[in-house]
Amino acid sequence: MSPEAVVNPTTGTVAVLLVSVATIAIGSIGLRLSRTTSDFYVASRAVSAPWNASAIGGEYLSAASFLGVAGLVLAGGVDMLWFPVGYTAGYLVLLVLVAAPLRRSGAYTLPDFAQSRLVSWEVRLVSSVLVVGIGWLYLLPQLQGAGLALRTVTGLSPAVGAVLVAVVVVVNVLAGGMRSITFVQAFQYWLKATAIALPVVFLLVAWSSDGGPDPSAHGLPTARTAVTTELTHPVTVRAPAPATFDVRGVVDGAAVDGPITLEKGESVQLAEGTVVHLPAGTVVPHAAPVSASVGEEWSAPLSGAGGRAHPLYATYSLILALFFGTMGLPHVLVRFYTNPDGRAARRTTAVVIGLLGIFYLFPPIYGALGRIYAPDLLLTGRTDTVVLALPSRLVPGPLGDLLSSLLVAGAFAAFLSTASGLVVSVAGVLSQDLMRRHWLGPPPARRDQGRSVHTFRIATVVAVVVPLMLSLLTTRVGLADTVGLAFALAASTFCPLLVLGIWWRGLTAAGAIAGLLAGGISASAAVTATMLAGPFGGWTGALLAQPAAWTVPLAVLTMVCVSLLTRARVPAQTGRLMIRLHTPEGVEVDRGRT
Amino acid sequence: MGAARTTPRRPVSRDIDEQTDIGEVYMRSLVRNQLRLSVAVLGAFVLSWCSIPLLFAIVPGLRGSRVLGLPLSWLLLGVIVYPVITAVAWWYVKAAERTEQDFSDLVERR
Repeated sequence: MSPEAVVNPTTGTVAVLLVSVATIAIGSIGLRLSRTTSDFYVASRAVSAPWNASAIGGEYLSAASFLGVAGLVLAGGVDMLWFPVGYTAGYLVLLVLVAAPLRRSGAYTLPDFAQSRLVSWEVRLVSSVLVVGIGWLYLLPQLQGAGLALRTVTGLSPAVGAVLVAVVVVVNVLAGGMRSITFVQAFQYWLKATAIALPVVFLLVAWSSDGGPDPSAHGLPTARTAVTTELTHPVTVRAPAPATFDVRGVVDGAAVDGPITLEKGESVQLAEGTVVHLPAGTVVPHAAPVSASVGEEWSAPLSGAGGRAHPLYATYSLILALFFGTMGLPHVLVRFYTNPDGRAARRTTAVVIGLLGIFYLFPPIYGALGRIYAPDLLLTGRTDTVVLALPSRLVPGPLGDLLSSLLVAGAFAAFLSTASGLVVSVAGVLSQDLMRRHWLGPPPARRDQGRSVHTFRIATVVAVVVPLMLSLLTTRVGLADTVGLAFALAASTFCPLLVLGIWWRGLTAAGAIAGLLAGGISASAAVTATMLAGPFGGWTGALLAQPAAWTVPLAVLTMVCVSLLTRARVPAQTGRLMIRLHTPEGVEVDRGRT
Repeated sequence: MGAARTTPRRPVSRDIDEQTDIGEVYMRSLVRNQLRLSVAVLGAFVLSWCSIPLLFAIVPGLRGSRVLGLPLSWLLLGVIVYPVITAVAWWYVKAAERTEQDFSDLVERR
């Protein structure tokens, strides 16, 4: 017996193939247009503002946004809305603190900026390693999410979806680099926005004709109709209230085929492949570590719904990571060099904020409806699939299939676009800084283009294969949670480097390195502990799962203090650089080398 | 600055270019004005929106309150926040461009 099909496999597969083919086809248009290194990396900076804003939006809206936000809302309630708010507000912070000066710096990548600002190849090297680290951490959930989505559609092993996305991304990036990516990304924003918005109309109509049940006044999550589900991985479930349901498979190590009854608070382990049938009206047992919450808790802020400890601390730390981490994500920064000047960079960013705001109105609706119509996902722990699961449950027949396929297409677009953007930036840094340099000396001159493009192609493959291996080896952490850790790492490293580098003349290379190391090491230690040994309980768990609140101040303080101690070593051309970063383009001054 | 205005032999942009003392004064004032604008915009946004969790923590009665049938917290964080961020962003873009225009007018005047 198959698990309840959430998506018609035929139309779902067609949707995945269409998105993949369209991505490569549109990408190959760019192939004929991109022939030099600068084309390859940044589309020769000749991309118009609306295209660029759509492309930035398309690249930024990842699996964590398309699938993860709804899953978080389903499990954790209103506090999880800070994720999309933070993803959007991150661009506001980026706009007011770095957008125009960064574009005016004329650098291609973060390490380029670090080097030209601080005249130090050591800073460049540390930045390069961090770009690759953050990029891989962010690629991981994209590949895992792709596997998850493909499994939902076809029942294939998650590895297949991850490999499929990896192959399409490599082909796409190799075909045209950034130029093609710009077209592809712009197309993907509109595909994703349509895919998330259109089904909502039908879902809300179905919901209101069902009497408009209130997700927040629903008691504990309860199966509304009988539902059958197959576990794709072993889970420990805890019953928040007495529950009797049918099981075929292995419970606590013993084979069971028939009804079992759980008392309130009792938990059992269900093995992989176990089929669970919940009769209508059953209070859904929850997969660890999510704990059940009644409707009033779920809809109220700071209730700790879903079992998150210290909600006030966690909320503020998350806000800090998301607000200040966006500017430090490698694939976000590389986009700014495609604006013609600093003024355009600002305007583009403002348009991006509008586009993101439109998109993020929709995922929470899926999360809220999921609490009524798909609470069984809390039993399997696969809350990240709620967006894909809803249409077939609320809109029966071919229309539901069509809507599901549209959502599958959108989800795939999300994996492809974010993964492509990340791979371009990681491969750019790998090929420019880590593969072509003498490790103990300054990097060679950048302009031998034939070799450069060749190295970029090798780097592209490396940039994809490493996180692909990691994604096949590690167990799955929630999509939006892993992404949150990448934000925390970016906020603890590149945010202080960029903000101090742009606004403070006193920053020195020694200060920058010390700050990058302090923030980078402390945040990665927290990330590693959470991913390998977590989640932990109490304050330890809260501090490690949401590290930004202490790692960002640590990095800033270290950077400022060490810079003050090494005051004598402020680079001589800092004044010239400040002119370059801050004077409007219309003023005729020497901006130094470009 | 007064001296520069009474003997306008050459635009200040030359001073900036040559990094003379007067050029430095203009540059530092531009950077300071832009930074002040950025900090004001960011401060206003962060203080207003990031006080929401604190408000809910201090006044638990607000957590369950409803507006137009929707819980207040969902309305604020799910809907209203986005047009607000967009408006703040657009206002900032205009203000920053004004600052730059004033600076350009000032330093290119002969």
